Amino acid sequence: MKNKDPDLLLFHAPLLRQGMTTPKAMRDVIYALLPATGASIWFFGLSALLVLGASIAGAVLAEWLFDNGQRRGESLRDATAVLTGLLLGLTLPPGLPMWMAFLGGFVGVSLGKVIWGGLGHNLFNPALLGRAFLQATFPIAMTTWVVNSNGGEFTSVYASSLALPFMQSGIDSVTAATPLGMLKFDQEVTPLANLMFGKINGSLGETSGLLLLLGGIYLWLRRDLDWRIPVSILLTVVLFSAVLGLFDAARFPTPLFSVFSGGLLLGAIYMATDPVSSPVTPRGAWIFGIGVGVLVMLIRVFGGLPEGVMYAILLMNAATPLIDRYTQPRVFGRGADSP
Amino acid sequence: MTMNPLSRLRRSFEHGVHPAHHKTQTEDLPIQRVPFVKDYVMPLGQHIGVPSRAVVVAGERVRRGQLIAEPGGFVSTALHSPVTGTVRQVGDFRGVDGRFAPAIGIEADPFATQQVDAGAALDWESMSLEKFIEAVQMAGIVGLGGAAFPSHVKLSVPDGVKIRHLLVNGAECEPYLTNDHRLMVERPDALLEGAEIVRQKLGAEETIIGVESNKPDAIAIIRRHIQPGQPVRVVPLKVKYPQGAEKMMIKSVFDKEVPAGQLPRDVEVNVNNVGTIVAIADYFLRGLPLIERVLTVAGPGVTYPANLVVPLGTPVREVVRFCGGLKGESREIIMGGPMMGRPIASLDVPVLKGCSGVLVFTEAETARRKEYPCIRCGRCLEACPYFLNPSRLARLSRARMYDAMKDYHVFDCVECGCCTFACPSSIPIVQLIRTAKDDLTHRKESEE
Repeated sequence: MKNKDPDLLLFHAPLLRQGMTTPKAMRDVIYALLPATGASIWFFGLSALLVLGASIAGAVLAEWLFDNGQRRGESLRDATAVLTGLLLGLTLPPGLPMWMAFLGGFVGVSLGKVIWGGLGHNLFNPALLGRAFLQATFPIAMTTWVVNSNGGEFTSVYASSLALPFMQSGIDSVTAATPLGMLKFDQEVTPLANLMFGKINGSLGETSGLLLLLGGIYLWLRRDLDWRIPVSILLTVVLFSAVLGLFDAARFPTPLFSVFSGGLLLGAIYMATDPVSSPVTPRGAWIFGIGVGVLVMLIRVFGGLPEGVMYAILLMNAATPLIDRYTQPRVFGRGADSP
Repeated sequence: MTMNPLSRLRRSFEHGVHPAHHKTQTEDLPIQRVPFVKDYVMPLGQHIGVPSRAVVVAGERVRRGQLIAEPGGFVSTALHSPVTGTVRQVGDFRGVDGRFAPAIGIEADPFATQQVDAGAALDWESMSLEKFIEAVQMAGIVGLGGAAFPSHVKLSVPDGVKIRHLLVNGAECEPYLTNDHRLMVERPDALLEGAEIVRQKLGAEETIIGVESNKPDAIAIIRRHIQPGQPVRVVPLKVKYPQGAEKMMIKSVFDKEVPAGQLPRDVEVNVNNVGTIVAIADYFLRGLPLIERVLTVAGPGVTYPANLVVPLGTPVREVVRFCGGLKGESREIIMGGPMMGRPIASLDVPVLKGCSGVLVFTEAETARRKEYPCIRCGRCLEACPYFLNPSRLARLSRARMYDAMKDYHVFDCVECGCCTFACPSSIPIVQLIRTAKDDLTHRKESEE
């Protein structure tokens, strides 16, 4: 060989990798949410777009502002801040003032993620933390639901959306009740077809159950989510409501109503499955899902709120490290008693 | 053997990964012999265990196949000269890992015929088991699948332990490698003869040859060569990495888990690579000690990929030269497979007994991937064939909490690299685990 030898690298095996990367997985979740996002914009008009945009902007700003400073904005490339903002936006009422949505995104990412050390280190789901903050701070605005226009008034913007920060929160639009609220406070049952196809009032992302399921199937096919978590949550909720139905069919929701109402599908498929804040072990995933399902039903049936998905997931987030510790998989060639 | 019919169909262990095979480059290329070159280097420590002890001195003439180093202990084997020539030096040479280590340098005689100095065939049938095992040691035979663990140690079964099955490992689950594949296709008789020798000496009832089902020609040819009445079965296995890890193969074939910290013999099985079995046949039937081996030269950086018979001690430079040299964009050379092999720092390192391949990679495979934080997605848990928690182990290793890693069974890790292959955040998980294991082992040694 006359040529000079190449300067050989010494990277250790394995040199081969599969094609999935973390930013790709995060973008997959965003793609999976696009149909439901589109539907929410169709149902609630441009206001929906404003709310979603504001919460994404808040999340992105927090990520950018609190980045460790060496290369500001570097961590935005993994798309997780956008995803957090989008998820938060989908849990908000369509007529929420934009500044509140913005604040929610900002608080969610800063308190829910950045102060823990950034991506991969947080205990709680940042989007739900942002929502919990909004719920505690603006209880009225967070429970004021505008009427689903079903595409009829696409270009109109609710006056409340544009309310100025800290001014009157501007709840003067026509308000309506969500299916869970109607059931809890008026004993009125919404037809199942409306729940599935989105002809209901509620937060942006919870109105189209079928599209949420569709996105979930996409994520499952791409192996981006642990199927055990949504399956165990939904099964628990179905079983729980079936048992309650045996006692008093009129007072308690039917299993299918429970599954398709409120933010359950959004929470079970897209939020409880956040890999960072849910257990990594297979057995842990089952326990986590069952825990979320039970808490959702307890809060919905016995609590003072019509909806309980947010608190159910946040509470189980807190239990995740403990669940992981006690559900280590059985190592090959070792007995069942190994930790 | 009771087994649920479904798992019988699947013929596989659980978890593992599916890397692209990359075998089409070489799987149909017949094994070629490389010409003899000028300089050979035989490291004394090219197997697991105690290094061999040189029995030749500088200036001494040696014949091809002559003993040049004897075993340095029980877990050690003999070395034979790969070439007729003169011992140039017994001293330190640059090894595969870049460190200097004792080796024997031999300069080939350009005028010698290189006629191999084969001994007579051995009467293995009437040989006692002790003599047989000693003969395997003196033949210098080690596991040729890559681990290079001395074969006679594997064949030494303590009293009271019964071996029922001889499992011959022809899985070749590492991408790119086709040397075992070609050996099965081209030398099925030697494989079956060697298997029969080992089976009878171990007193096993049956030989099972496990082959991944992406080598249908090998499966068909071996089946055709089985003698009537010979207790041999060829079992096609699911194509999945690491099917060739011996405990995984035992799980696939017998649906049995070898308990952690124990050996295949504890479930009445003895596992040997096809190359090792052929080497045993060559020694006992033809008197040839281990002086050469089959390896695959492949990868995107090689001009003419090939399957070769290479005398041990041949510099990688000469092997690559025979294959048309490196392409300009070559960046890294791996000895062994791309999942578990070792990178080499220089083209001057020699081919060793455990070297199943010389793979040349380019920028595309070696570009530094951006590392992201672990998001605990669990892909590594679903990849790990040992059901460990690589995500947790990597975090603990990063925090230097090596002792805590023992609670997560870090020493059960065989470093197959599935976790690292599967990680979407490009975290060097297996490297972090290796660091921790090294640290724990060295600390234990220094305490003793």
